[in-house]
Amino acid sequence: MSGDAGLDYGGFYARWYKPRLSRFWWLRRRSYLLFVIRELTSVFVAWSVVYLFLMIRAVSQGDREYQQFLEFSRTPWMLALNVVTLCLVVFHTITWFSVAPQAMVVQLRGRRVPGRLILLAHYAAWVVLTALVAFVVLV
Amino acid sequence: MAKRTAEPFLWLLFSAGGMLAAMLIPALFLLFAILFPLGWLGPPDHAHLLTMLRFPLTRLALLGLFVLALFHGAHRFRYTLYDGLQLKSHGDIINGLCYGLAAVGSVLAANLLLRVL
Repeated sequence: MSGDAGLDYGGFYARWYKPRLSRFWWLRRRSYLLFVIRELTSVFVAWSVVYLFLMIRAVSQGDREYQQFLEFSRTPWMLALNVVTLCLVVFHTITWFSVAPQAMVVQLRGRRVPGRLILLAHYAAWVVLTALVAFVVLV
Repeated sequence: MAKRTAEPFLWLLFSAGGMLAAMLIPALFLLFAILFPLGWLGPPDHAHLLTMLRFPLTRLALLGLFVLALFHGAHRFRYTLYDGLQLKSHGDIINGLCYGLAAVGSVLAANLLLRVL
């Protein structure tokens, strides 16, 4: 009934409704977990930069420091961390490429380039750049 | 107001850094963090690395990679804390920490690559 003893049910109650999401919502489903792993690649991308920075710094300091860095990179803990890091960095690459077709709309002669072609172009560029890095470092 | 103008720029850094990291870090990291330490490939000698690093294009490429990858990571980690751990109420601290660390890392990288080497 309207006008019931001056009680107004509108307006105020909406403010009391605060849906609380558990801090561990991301453990509930595989797709959520994969999403969180993708988000955590940021930490490993950052670590890979720190590692490469330390390596270059050692090289800049001299041969002895570079050899010390190589020793440090051979310790089991460092190797274990770096194997995990490599996995997550590659996971970053794969997930980054897989959203590229949605993120990039490329037009060629008035037609939209199909997503699979964009994906393929990214992998091709990856192969070329990987070969270039290997060439510069090794040859 | 300042926040509203900074946001698109931060997303641009995120994209550029994500792309560079995706393209270059696996190769660099596989070589220097796995294959050389394990001895599956002989590590390059010091003189060769130094020559390579003193080449201006290498230095610029590495600096671009380091700076953008750090800001990419900072931006993504910020949203991990915002959404994943529901910490949006502490936004200022998180922003300061994430982008602050990326900025400090960038300065260190620029100093090493442009001045020390």
